[in-house]
Amino acid sequence: MLASPAVSTLRKVLIVEDSGATRELLRSALETIEVVEVHMAVSGFDALKVLPRHRFELIITDINMPDINGLELINFVKKNPHYRDTPLFVVTTEGREQDRDRGLQLGANEYVVKPFDPARISELVRRYLKL
Amino acid sequence: MAAPRALTEFIAEANEILEVLGRELLVLEEAGASDPDPDRLNAVFRAAHSLKGLASMFGLETIARLAHRAEDLLDALRLGKTPLNQQLVDALSQTIDVLQIMLGEASRGEDSAESREQAEILGAELQRVALGTPGDAIDVLDQVGIDPQVRAVFTEFEEHRLRENVKKGVGLWKVRAVFSLDDFDTRLSQLNGRLKPLGEVISTLPSSQPGDDSSIAFDLIFGSARPEAEVEASLTEGAVLSPLTSQPLAALPPPPPPPAPKRRVPAWDDVSSGTGSAFAPGPFPSAPSTVMRIAPAPVETSLRSLTNTVRVDIGRLDGLMNSIGELLLIRSNIERIAEAARQVAGPSLPKLWGQELQREARALERRLDELQKGVLDVRMVPLGQVFDKLARLMRRLVRESGKDVMFEVSGGDVELDKLIVEELSDPLMHLLRNALDHGAERPEERLKQGKAGRATIGLFARQQGNHVIIEVRDDGAGLDEARIREVAVDRGIVTREQTEEMERRDLLNLVFQAGFSTRRDVSELSGRGVGLDVVKTNLQRLSGLIDITSRRHEGTTFTLTLPLTLAIIRALMVAVSGRTYAIPLNAVLEIVSVKTGELRTIERREVIEVRGQTMPFIRLARVFGLPEEQRAMHYVVIVGLAQQRLGLAIDELIGQQDIVTKPLSGRLRDIPGVSGATELGDRRAVLVLDIGALMEELLRPQASLEPRTAG
Repeated sequence: MLASPAVSTLRKVLIVEDSGATRELLRSALETIEVVEVHMAVSGFDALKVLPRHRFELIITDINMPDINGLELINFVKKNPHYRDTPLFVVTTEGREQDRDRGLQLGANEYVVKPFDPARISELVRRYLKL
Repeated sequence: MAAPRALTEFIAEANEILEVLGRELLVLEEAGASDPDPDRLNAVFRAAHSLKGLASMFGLETIARLAHRAEDLLDALRLGKTPLNQQLVDALSQTIDVLQIMLGEASRGEDSAESREQAEILGAELQRVALGTPGDAIDVLDQVGIDPQVRAVFTEFEEHRLRENVKKGVGLWKVRAVFSLDDFDTRLSQLNGRLKPLGEVISTLPSSQPGDDSSIAFDLIFGSARPEAEVEASLTEGAVLSPLTSQPLAALPPPPPPPAPKRRVPAWDDVSSGTGSAFAPGPFPSAPSTVMRIAPAPVETSLRSLTNTVRVDIGRLDGLMNSIGELLLIRSNIERIAEAARQVAGPSLPKLWGQELQREARALERRLDELQKGVLDVRMVPLGQVFDKLARLMRRLVRESGKDVMFEVSGGDVELDKLIVEELSDPLMHLLRNALDHGAERPEERLKQGKAGRATIGLFARQQGNHVIIEVRDDGAGLDEARIREVAVDRGIVTREQTEEMERRDLLNLVFQAGFSTRRDVSELSGRGVGLDVVKTNLQRLSGLIDITSRRHEGTTFTLTLPLTLAIIRALMVAVSGRTYAIPLNAVLEIVSVKTGELRTIERREVIEVRGQTMPFIRLARVFGLPEEQRAMHYVVIVGLAQQRLGLAIDELIGQQDIVTKPLSGRLRDIPGVSGATELGDRRAVLVLDIGALMEELLRPQASLEPRTAG
């Protein structure tokens, strides 16, 4: 079911975020990096569908989403041998310390608080993609 | 920080969020304090949460701060830390209004000190309402023994829901279901659909199946008071039930008694909280409402949306894509025929190609029809978008008015062109305010007349053929005919003699004349300076019509008749003195021919009689100041909107055609009786008649029929 190893040299990044405007902001931040190919999922469910179809090198997810939440998604990703090593950032609104702590415990690599600085996001992405 | 396009998107999204908030709040308010639906509470919380995040991303600090306060309050509400009461609903409802105002300002790049101040006051109020009792000291979840791995992925809200279920003493289950990756979403929602009636699905945890990449497993954490066998029986195929807790629930200490209803003394001493108001108390254990008087948001704000976006069901777009695919197919067919024709020498083309081309042309027509219908479909939005906002506004206005009024709404699912729905909000708001202000009487007065103490104001919509009928109805005082007559004569709108000949219906319609107002006082609720004439003008711009029926002491009904869509209309093309005009077909009732000898004159006006009904006869040539031929026989197009009828004399009928009306610009804009222009296939521009406006012009009591130059 997994896609064959990437033929393209583009580095695929998945954004999981239910707010369209935030999704656009994240995307434009990421598209400043030429080699990045941005994929987007609008919910946790959507992400589960998209995940097996590509070999993502980085996942960025929100926490508060309908259907399955971001924590559940992190848990899924970090327990799955195929995705376990994919770096994962959480981007969410400040003020929910418990959710943040759990996210990090479940294996999130970075935790970015909204409002975020697009430059900081792209810098983090570069670092994890070793660009 | 953000590009303009992103800002537009933000405004659209923020606006949608506010709409959801408003709607859900209404539902919560109606449901009352008894055990609010947790999904609903969470949805409202999420809405405020997203808005806060969005606003802060876009550097709109004031909005973000107020949304944050709302989020905190809603968080406390969903986590059971603060009770749902009228005070809370009022504060939130006002917050939505203020947020909407600020959003409007943001979309225009403004930021007024006034709204900042209001946000400040409301923020403090929200904070005050949110101060609830602290949560329980002992966490019951620690006692029931839940797998820490499972617990680690719960959000705070899910934990709270689990805790609530533990406290209720219901059974807690883990339902494991394994689905194929291809269709897990439908299968999972099936399972959810089976489980929901039996209890609460607290969380859905996805997990991988080791060694199997084509399937995915879910653990649904489920709380239910039903016996195990019943839960078991409800499961879909492949789902397995197991207890969630390692410790039997029976071993738990008995659940604490439900908290006593909390009553807090409002910090803002409100001496007039009663105002002798007869407004029926809401379904909540009433706490005195202080919020309403602190910062009444301006009532005059328009309820229009801030954006021109339409949210479209993807299925409708798929339909369009299909049509386009078919069109491409036809294009390649035509290309093929053209290519074949090119390769044949000689002057004449085989008849076969002609037939083939004809077939393609027919197919093309069919597909274009589909495409057109599809695009129109995309423009359709439910009236509910506006009705919800109006309902919220009415609730507030009713409370402020101190009257006892029940507000009923139906037909929110009726769909209309987005453009029309937008334009409707202001006229409807005006009519509703009128009903509240001038229609609904105070309870004492109603009881004296033997009516129920509580007045009813209704807003109803229904579709009727190609039109949508919207009614604003009240069972209040009704219009005072004598007073209308007096005022209309006073203001020189009609002469006393004219009023004496008028039928009751025409008399009532005088209230739509500019400069008419029977109001003896200007109330704070009704807009100043804006009368029913503006409502009528607005509706005419939409090719709509407004009508009144009213009975003294029984009530008043305003009936709005609107076309489903404005964009493309079917028109009757007619010729007048060598020029072509388009008459919207939805206004055309029939076409008759009349001999000149059958024309009669009443009060210096020509009239005709068609099957016993007398109606004005208007020569379009004269209306547009064109040369007129003497003729013995006239073609007459009978047009009508609501109950009004008019016969339009024309020279020639050309046929029917679909036209796209474009607004006129510059000096052409002010030609009365013309709503726009359309281009015909041969690039000729043709004026489209505005039947509503023509009737208005020509049927006015003192209508002048002086020639105008146009066309």
